[in-house]
Amino acid sequence: MSKKTLIPIGPYHPLQEEPELFKLYCDGEIVKDIKWETGYNHRGIEKLSESKTYEQIFFLVERICGICSTSHPFAFANAIEEIANIEVTNRAKYIRSIIGELERVHSHLLWVGLAGHFLGYNTVFMWAWKYREPVLDLFEMISGNRNSYAMFKIGGVRRDIEESKIPVIQKVLGDVKKKTDMLVGAVMDDPVIHARTKGVGILTKQDIIDYGAVGPTARASGVAIDVRKDDPYAAYPLVNWKVITAEAGDVFAKTQVRLLEMYESISIIEQCLEGLRKEKEGDITVKVKEIPEGIGNGRAEAPRGEVFHFVQSDGSNSPVRHKIRAPSYVNIATFKKSCIGQTIADATLSLAAVDPCYCCTERLAVAYNINTGEKIMNAVELINQSANMTNDLKKNFK
Amino acid sequence: MDTELIIEKLKERFKSAIIEVAEKNQRRIIITIKPESILIVAAWLYKDAEFRFIIASALHTKRGFEIHYHFSKDAIGLVLNIHVILDKDNPEIESLSNMYNASNWIEREMHELFGINFLNHPNQEKLISEGNWAEGVYPFRKEFKSDQEKR
Repeated sequence: MSKKTLIPIGPYHPLQEEPELFKLYCDGEIVKDIKWETGYNHRGIEKLSESKTYEQIFFLVERICGICSTSHPFAFANAIEEIANIEVTNRAKYIRSIIGELERVHSHLLWVGLAGHFLGYNTVFMWAWKYREPVLDLFEMISGNRNSYAMFKIGGVRRDIEESKIPVIQKVLGDVKKKTDMLVGAVMDDPVIHARTKGVGILTKQDIIDYGAVGPTARASGVAIDVRKDDPYAAYPLVNWKVITAEAGDVFAKTQVRLLEMYESISIIEQCLEGLRKEKEGDITVKVKEIPEGIGNGRAEAPRGEVFHFVQSDGSNSPVRHKIRAPSYVNIATFKKSCIGQTIADATLSLAAVDPCYCCTERLAVAYNINTGEKIMNAVELINQSANMTNDLKKNFK
Repeated sequence: MDTELIIEKLKERFKSAIIEVAEKNQRRIIITIKPESILIVAAWLYKDAEFRFIIASALHTKRGFEIHYHFSKDAIGLVLNIHVILDKDNPEIESLSNMYNASNWIEREMHELFGINFLNHPNQEKLISEGNWAEGVYPFRKEFKSDQEKR
């Protein structure tokens, strides 16, 4: 039996943005086995959720993930509205979809940047993150926050998108589209990227079905599943768009799917903005009386795949059980198929290719009180700073 | 295959296993079955009817331990919950992880948080709290009190 070398990636590693530990067992340059450890950041959100009211849970689940912070409230709203049989207004549906798709655009740009970074192609990293910035500014203009937008509530949305903001959004989208063209050109036609990503980390159709993988990871292997199409919610059945798939299942195919999905997202947002103009008079919320006893299975398509929320209600104002399944939970598990047999350099890329987001997958955290006594910033100062920034931004957009 | 046909086939095939069928709408169905039949029902759903395993949710209620196995038929947007009620004192059920890998982690997680035993699981180790959690303490059981709650 040959000796194997253990190469740890993590728990804190500059390659990945969040704590996790991959143990690569290597024979020479080839990865022979791989193990994964997590639990560095478990926050007990499912348990916490049982002690909060339905309205509060929106803010809680929003904090599961910093990148796709709307996908969890989206799925949770779908679950609750299923229990209480609530149909939201068309205007609210359009706004929900706009937020969801803007998020997909910035999340995919973030991933393309990171992928470039993993490849050692830092120009792509800097470009992609630069072009992501205006999208975050749009969020700040719409909701007051770059992240954790607090837009969702039972029966609708909290903030409206006024007529005056529509041209601003359209302009930014136009810019992003041009930049996406450039990124697509830079990534899809680059011989170095082809050489580096084609045939690397292949997941076959059978692997996807076996592991239950979702989102771009599944679509890049030719499994055309997308909750937005399969189980339509919000404004997705009201607009025209198509599900992007690729057949190869390698890192290149995943990149291709994500890049091309951005065009679809931009097109969905544009159609939703037109929809908003048509539904000028509509309300953004409906009145909700109480949440009856029952079971809700809420789904939403996050940038990384299907988010699933299971809620059991007993008729009180908080759930009996709230189960959350983030897409990375099933996508990360595919590493056994995509990494074993690869070289170390390719394995890291294959790990990154599913766009792993550990925050959502983490399950248990121990919080320590550091008690340094050092005052960093109090709540009022923080709120004031944030409000000032938003005001400055609004001035710029006018 | 549409929703009605799926229910019809399930009822026909697993007549003795099904306890209750609750059809909420065309896209959400909950079927309560006897725990000992989980393996054959899941095998039919996965292999013959081509369902995708989404996840499983465990609950600790007055009735004992319950598990909802969530399956998705993506072509028609159907979420099918296979619901089982397990014994109060000795919760155990056959593992599905020998059939597909999608349930491997969640079964380990349910074992860890609820203390449900999955028979014939290939590797029922702790998933998330390895090394920093006491043996035999299950934080998602109703009787569990955190240090903060005890005070």
